[in-house]
Amino acid sequence: MRIYAFAVYLFLYIPIGVIALFSFNAGRHASQFQGFSVQWYGKALSNPFVVDAFKTSLTVALSSAVLATLFGTMAAMALQSVKGRLRIAFDALIYIAVMVPGIVIGIATLIALVTLFDWLNPVLAAVWPLADGAPKLSLGYGSLIAAHGLFSMALVIIIVRARMAGMDRSLVEASADLGATPWGTFRQVTLPQIFPGILAGFLLAFTFSFDDFIIAFFVAGSQTTLPVYVFSSIRRGVTPEINAIGTMVLAVSLLLLVTAQAILQRGRQAG
Amino acid sequence: MQRQDLRTWLLLVPAGAWFLCMLILPLIVVFVFAFGERGAAGGYVPAFTFENFANLGARWTAFKNTLILAPLGTLACLLIAYPLAYFLALRASARWRTLLLILVIVPFWTSILIRSYAWIYLLGGQGIPSLLNALGFGNPRLINTPFAVLIGIVYGYLPLMVFPIYVALERLDKRLLEASSDLGSPPWRSFLQVTLPLSMPGVATGSMLVFILLMGEFLIPAMLGGGKVFFIGNALVDLFLQSRNWPFGAAVAVALVVVMLVTVAAYLRFTRRWAGGRDDVSLM
Repeated sequence: MRIYAFAVYLFLYIPIGVIALFSFNAGRHASQFQGFSVQWYGKALSNPFVVDAFKTSLTVALSSAVLATLFGTMAAMALQSVKGRLRIAFDALIYIAVMVPGIVIGIATLIALVTLFDWLNPVLAAVWPLADGAPKLSLGYGSLIAAHGLFSMALVIIIVRARMAGMDRSLVEASADLGATPWGTFRQVTLPQIFPGILAGFLLAFTFSFDDFIIAFFVAGSQTTLPVYVFSSIRRGVTPEINAIGTMVLAVSLLLLVTAQAILQRGRQAG
Repeated sequence: MQRQDLRTWLLLVPAGAWFLCMLILPLIVVFVFAFGERGAAGGYVPAFTFENFANLGARWTAFKNTLILAPLGTLACLLIAYPLAYFLALRASARWRTLLLILVIVPFWTSILIRSYAWIYLLGGQGIPSLLNALGFGNPRLINTPFAVLIGIVYGYLPLMVFPIYVALERLDKRLLEASSDLGSPPWRSFLQVTLPLSMPGVATGSMLVFILLMGEFLIPAMLGGGKVFFIGNALVDLFLQSRNWPFGAAVAVALVVVMLVTVAAYLRFTRRWAGGRDDVSLM
């Protein structure tokens, strides 16, 4: 039994390990390790396409995670006191957002936004008061952030709610009885208790957006995120440079995950 | 009371508006487009026709591949995940359990793109095949086969299967196993009559999650199937980004969602029969 478990863990981690190992390969060959070198990292980091894609991914992940965490936490707070039809409707929305496959979300966002922009752009051009021409709406940062934020928001609501379920309600009541304003109660009682959930939600939302390929593939427009770039380079052939980028991407998500997990654990012990 | 209602509403409005504008409306657009006609230069022309649905047969291979490999992949995940979940829930020492569990879940949250790429590397000509060749097993072709896609599927979705089964087994009342053994059952019989039935809700949840995600899979077949083993997802990418046949693509997407809804409905019926079946499984 133990040997079996060990084998499964090897299966899970060897491929990742191989990628990481060969990203430090001095040679170009995929099959033999010819000595240690960080040249592929240097090459990847001096490639303007990689740097650009990385910046786009970072901007999108940060913006979508911040917005999703803010709105998701607000919704999770409000849902505590909501019952009846509104509650059912919201639960259904969260369920749908999590269950509908990314590819369908990507397609739906693509055709809805392109159709909307095709409509709006002539209207905008007609009513634009300045002489230098109206801005043209198109897919890009906005659509990426909006589409990623959707799933992230559902994720944040689920995590923050789970955290609230373990919260001591009597403290909130006590605070209100002692004359604290709702905002004061929120800041001094609720927020410290749910903060681990919020932070973990933010980190997971960031990780999701940073790693997502399929939604970005449809809605990125003229922008290129890092996964989209990596996908198109793989199509052109396997290179050690991709190993280096891949290892960095894995390292970023691993770091965030470990942080999120540690925060959740600490919060569990403290709360 | 009035003020509190207003506050609740204001807190819900941003999230609600986001869900409506970015989820519900776009899904409705897909549904409407599925009944439309294709424009001369691609895109969409309003119409009301069932032609797109009648044409679904043109993408039959994609549906067939998905409907064969998604259940097969789910089954493979299940067979590999169950013993591991069993080990984690009932055999692993409490000291290591949390760490071992985290080690299963972590890969799921890292880039599936990079993880599939790792298998291109391993299954490609210079990876495992050359190793097998050196050992005298000939030079089998592994990459771009259904087998490679299956490996990618198991690799990608195993964590999602392990976790719900683990939760079900962990909640199992251990006294039932003691009672069964005290009453003279051999271990295999206790397993078949106590452990296995009580873990079925976890099995059902895991299978449904994996199956649903596999139905919409694009990346794994695209990377490891090399254009030979393609799923509905690959057909969708082709229809929307290459041939720009939006109405037909929308019909394929609707068909995909319908198949998934049928699966979820079957799952809900199934879990309701297992009394006490809890489906409140979270992944983190």
